Amino acid sequence: MKKKSSAPRQSLGNFLPKLVVAPTFVVAVIFIYGFMFLNAWLSFSSSRLLPTYDWAGTIQYEKLFANDRWWVAAENLMLFGGLFIVICLLLGLFLAIFLDQKIRAEGAIRTIYLYPMALSFIVTGTAWKWILNPELGVQRLVREMGFESFTFDWLVNTEMAIYTVVIAGVWQSSGFVMALCLAGLRGIDDNIIKAAKVDGASMPLIYRKIIIPGLRPVFFSALIVLTHIAIKSFDLIVALTGGGPGFATDVPATFMYTYSFTRGQIGLGSAASMMMLMAVAAIIVPYLYSELREKKDEH
Amino acid sequence: MKISKLFLSISLALGLTAGAQAAEIEVLHYWTSGGEAKSVAELKKMLEAKGHDWKDFAVAGGGGESAMTVLKTRVVSGNPPAAAQIKGPSIQEWGDEGVLANLSAVAQAEGWDDLLPGVVADVMKYDGKYVAVPVNVHRVNWMWVNPEVFKKAGANVPTTWKEFFVAADKIKAAGMTAVAHGGQPWQDATMFESVVLGVAGAEFYKQAFVELDPEALNSPTMIDALKTFHKIKNYTDAGSPGRDWNLATAMVINGEAGMQFMGDWAKGEFTAAGKVPGKDYICTAAPGTSGDFTFNIDSFVMFNLEDKEQRKGQNDLASTILSVPFQEVFNLNKGSIPARLNMSMDKFDDCAKLSAKDFVKTAKANTLVPSMAHGMSTFSSTQGAIYDTVTEFYNSDSISAEEAAEKLVKAVAAAKY
Repeated sequence: MKKKSSAPRQSLGNFLPKLVVAPTFVVAVIFIYGFMFLNAWLSFSSSRLLPTYDWAGTIQYEKLFANDRWWVAAENLMLFGGLFIVICLLLGLFLAIFLDQKIRAEGAIRTIYLYPMALSFIVTGTAWKWILNPELGVQRLVREMGFESFTFDWLVNTEMAIYTVVIAGVWQSSGFVMALCLAGLRGIDDNIIKAAKVDGASMPLIYRKIIIPGLRPVFFSALIVLTHIAIKSFDLIVALTGGGPGFATDVPATFMYTYSFTRGQIGLGSAASMMMLMAVAAIIVPYLYSELREKKDEH
Repeated sequence: MKISKLFLSISLALGLTAGAQAAEIEVLHYWTSGGEAKSVAELKKMLEAKGHDWKDFAVAGGGGESAMTVLKTRVVSGNPPAAAQIKGPSIQEWGDEGVLANLSAVAQAEGWDDLLPGVVADVMKYDGKYVAVPVNVHRVNWMWVNPEVFKKAGANVPTTWKEFFVAADKIKAAGMTAVAHGGQPWQDATMFESVVLGVAGAEFYKQAFVELDPEALNSPTMIDALKTFHKIKNYTDAGSPGRDWNLATAMVINGEAGMQFMGDWAKGEFTAAGKVPGKDYICTAAPGTSGDFTFNIDSFVMFNLEDKEQRKGQNDLASTILSVPFQEVFNLNKGSIPARLNMSMDKFDDCAKLSAKDFVKTAKANTLVPSMAHGMSTFSSTQGAIYDTVTEFYNSDSISAEEAAEKLVKAVAAAKY
């Protein structure tokens, strides 16, 4: 009798955590991996205006790779992503180092730098669109100050427009990197630095040899976050340049949106988003692999 | 039983069933700018007078791109609105998907075949049956002129492209912007198609943009048109990339710019600003196109609905849209002309009267052509391909007209299959 009464309770005890986690698990499987699979399927179909689930082979990928606009978008992502990540990391690190010098009003300055992160990219994009518009913003301001020949028309220049996206993106996200780095700096053991000082090392040397290498995990976290911000940079582009002039600032995300939703070529759009998924995977998978391996080594 | 009840209650809770919104006629449209919104309000009033509830489903964005995106998600999820603003060959694309309602009953009862010009009726039919109702006919190849600016610059309103550049030079020399332009791909394409029509004529236009003939797309004539088109850029201001069309119109209204190439929906902006045609502004066909007419017909497509009440509402909506009072009041507000034939044009202004006269005239002369830039001549994929090439060429100084013509052929071919 005793056995019988305790058996269900025990099985419930075993079962309960799984039951609680199950809905989240199911939702994740369906809405992340399920839709990923669905999208992969669509990219091999002949879908146009609405999705159809037939098999068309790799024709959508062939069309994608033959498309000039796709290559502009891919190149823009490399350019924007590379510059955005590198500048954000460097700027964030320097801001953090300067803020770490025990200056007055540190809290206030930190808040000011971090604040852009609280804005949506749409707001950032719209504001910078006005600031950079040659007829409204910086160029006009400087010209009205008397410098008649001053020209700053990157926003409307096909060759330079992508760099305005970098400016706005960096403005928004470098404060966040600064916050991360600052936390990292504060976490480094003071005793090591004191010991180095006793040994006669100069401050720049200490930063170069001890502190910055110690921030490696911070850089990794920042890199992962910045990378995915860069790849999904859709709202910033839409608000700032609308992909223009022409399609000069198109990125894969806006490309995918245009073809899937406004041009009735869902198959081609799916192929483009598969390429984006591959790009993310190419960065995330080696990272996860190295992280997981490190943990195994520790145990 | 239990499971189906559970699903029912879940879907009810999420508001997914169409039954929850019965007797409401939901109409998706993208008329959100000043003059346009006024026109929609009229339709709403008339439908409500017939005892139906109008549920407004407005999605902003001049070209209707965002509206179409929203529409697709609604149709895919099995919950389409009663009616949506779709036009041109896209109606055929939607017809292929098998989601459109059949309006034959109303059409026969009211004799639509006699009310509408043949060109218009053909666009509204899928598989020989009416699935859509036309609201208006827009003329796209207009040029809007501020006579005050021309007077100050000592220039004459141009009727050919040669005269255009003479006038534009004078305005530029007088320190004003000659052409108010909004640098969005659809506006670039709107200007481009007027240039092609003016430079090469209706026959060539049809070859290039309706038949998509590769030989026409990459011909000396097309290269000529591309060169003329790119030259216009010198007469626009630096702030034009990304500008909305109505802001460009405002520049002409305020006398900051001399001309704008835009369809007659721009007239709504002039009217809303209290301007009088012929006095405060001049409407004239784009240079070289006075004998041609590029049309853009707005229409409402009806979707298949289960609910009987809603279906009745749909039919009432369709007959309201084609009714004389609505066609009159709507087009007076919108700046376009009625799609319905044999209507009195007394209340319309001179621009609309000219437009209506030219519409009938060009239909007879076979110089009435569908607008490429506004999705009347091709599917959206081909239109997009042309947009890309045109807008890239216009915005870049490093692509030659010859290269652009070659790209045009390639891009159109790629979009076809």
